[in-house]
Amino acid sequence: MIRSAGLAYRYGAGAEIVFPDVDVPQGQVLLLKGPSGAGKSTWLALAAALLRPSAGQIQVAGQDLAALPKIAGDAWRARAVGFLPQKLHLSEALSVGANLAMAQWAAGAPDDAQAVRDTLDALGLAELARRRPSQLSGGQAQRVALARALLLKPQVILADEPTASLDDDAAEAALKLLSVSARRSQATLVIATHDGRVAAALPDAMICQIGPRRTEGAGQPS
Amino acid sequence: MKIVAIAFRYLWSRPLAASLNLLLLALGLASITFVWLVSTQMDRAFERDLAGIDVVIGAKGSAMQLILAGVFHIDVPTGNIPLSAVQQIEKDPRVAKLIPISLGDSFRGFRIAGTTAAYVAHYGAQLAQGVLWTQPMQAVVGAQVAQGTGLAVGNTFYGSHGLGGGGHVHGDFPYRVSGVLAPCGCVLDRLVLTATESVWRVHEKATALDAEDQKAMEAEREVTLALITYKSPLAAVSFPRFINTTTEMQAAAPAVEITRLLRMVGVGTEVLRGFGAVLLLTAGLSVFIALWNAVRERRADLAMLRMLGAPPAKVAGLVLAEALLLAAMATALGLLGGHGLAGLVGAWLQAERSLPLTGWIWLPTEWWVPALGAGVAVLAAALPAIGAYRLDVTTLLNSR
Repeated sequence: MIRSAGLAYRYGAGAEIVFPDVDVPQGQVLLLKGPSGAGKSTWLALAAALLRPSAGQIQVAGQDLAALPKIAGDAWRARAVGFLPQKLHLSEALSVGANLAMAQWAAGAPDDAQAVRDTLDALGLAELARRRPSQLSGGQAQRVALARALLLKPQVILADEPTASLDDDAAEAALKLLSVSARRSQATLVIATHDGRVAAALPDAMICQIGPRRTEGAGQPS
Repeated sequence: MKIVAIAFRYLWSRPLAASLNLLLLALGLASITFVWLVSTQMDRAFERDLAGIDVVIGAKGSAMQLILAGVFHIDVPTGNIPLSAVQQIEKDPRVAKLIPISLGDSFRGFRIAGTTAAYVAHYGAQLAQGVLWTQPMQAVVGAQVAQGTGLAVGNTFYGSHGLGGGGHVHGDFPYRVSGVLAPCGCVLDRLVLTATESVWRVHEKATALDAEDQKAMEAEREVTLALITYKSPLAAVSFPRFINTTTEMQAAAPAVEITRLLRMVGVGTEVLRGFGAVLLLTAGLSVFIALWNAVRERRADLAMLRMLGAPPAKVAGLVLAEALLLAAMATALGLLGGHGLAGLVGAWLQAERSLPLTGWIWLPTEWWVPALGAGVAVLAAALPAIGAYRLDVTTLLNSR
């Protein structure tokens, strides 16, 4: 569940970015659209409690983030948010399995090798657990990063430009996997993208247009 | 996963840098450990051998040489002094104890010292086997001598002329081993002890032409030097001057000479210690640079950790853990290296029949080695860790 009202953020003394209101029920998909630099990343940072809004409200997974202290924000993010970054950021020093175990460590969760195995298994990655990220194909690496995002069963998954460097087939497969995985774990999925193919592949998704083109209306199913 | 396991993986993801830093840090810590071990053991050995000896009397010459030859047995003596003069001094009211020592021969590089039972008693040495000598030509060997030559009670051996070994062998005068001393950690360990009369007998009988000549020699009997303990410390004021001005002998105070010696040797240990400190500083800088680069390279990795819910302190802690892990390994290697080197030098010195030195002891000061290693690590990791703490996670989202 994600709900925002009058959400705005100001970088230093710069202009304030005002975001359209959204109301996404738990388990739904939200597309964050807009050109580069429009504020999609800022919205993601606000939704992940990395930034505090300068005005307005944002509620994610039942938590009012405007009122959350910084340290509590880290603990909340560990529990509630799974993050799939554009550049994946898998650690080259660690194996695939250890990259997932690292997520448990970072979140302060107990070691759970079984959960790591199950999560990798669910994404068809069981045989790759001992490989280094550099020994994976682009698609495999993205699936590992997704597995890391899903590991702690978050209520919200934030995906940043997941199709940016993929060809049409791979982009479609990635989006399908992403939405299926989110649905299976009952998580709300947010995809920040400027890629037109995403909206086409996910016709049921709600759309939040950030930036100049505001013709479609915010938070409405397309 | 444990923080140590993660730090270890990160550290060894750059094996060359990690091993070089490990080596630098370990070298610094090893040299400091080595200096501590050597200087402490040297001080201890000197103290142990000097204990209770207030003044040494011998032939005129270098005072330092007299002390080194008479107390530590690591230099040649300055000459001999007449027995009659020594007997006179023994009656002096300021003298509590006088131990005569006659040098001149050796057995396989170990000195044969003619003396009295008081010499053994002075160091409180215990017999491991057998008994003390009761008549001339019986000998008691020190622990190190027994170990090095295999001599045991009942064995006989011949002394050879000179202190270095390889001199003329006194083939007609065998010594019989009557006892072996237990290790005392003092100079007696590397001496062959016998009655003063043995030394006279070996040399007089060897050179006397006839009975009359023998008599003449007996009248001119000599010892090499005498170790003296005062009755009262006040004697130090008048006694040495009395010896130096009224006799043909010289009196040397070991305390004074050893202070002088340690001051000279001290320059060496200071240089070595300074060298160790410079190595440590270099190691610290090198670790700092490595960590700084690692944090810069892994900025995204670390930001990802924050994104995954790790608080800033945890991320900074990871950087610190890397440095501390490196320091822990370097400490182990450094201590091992320092002790190994001390052991090696000790073995070499033992072969030279010189000062006792071992790598197999643990000094309380050595607890400073891990502390030093950790200190360097923390200093080196401070800035990188702060950088990791202040990492702006939103850069992860803007890396387009």
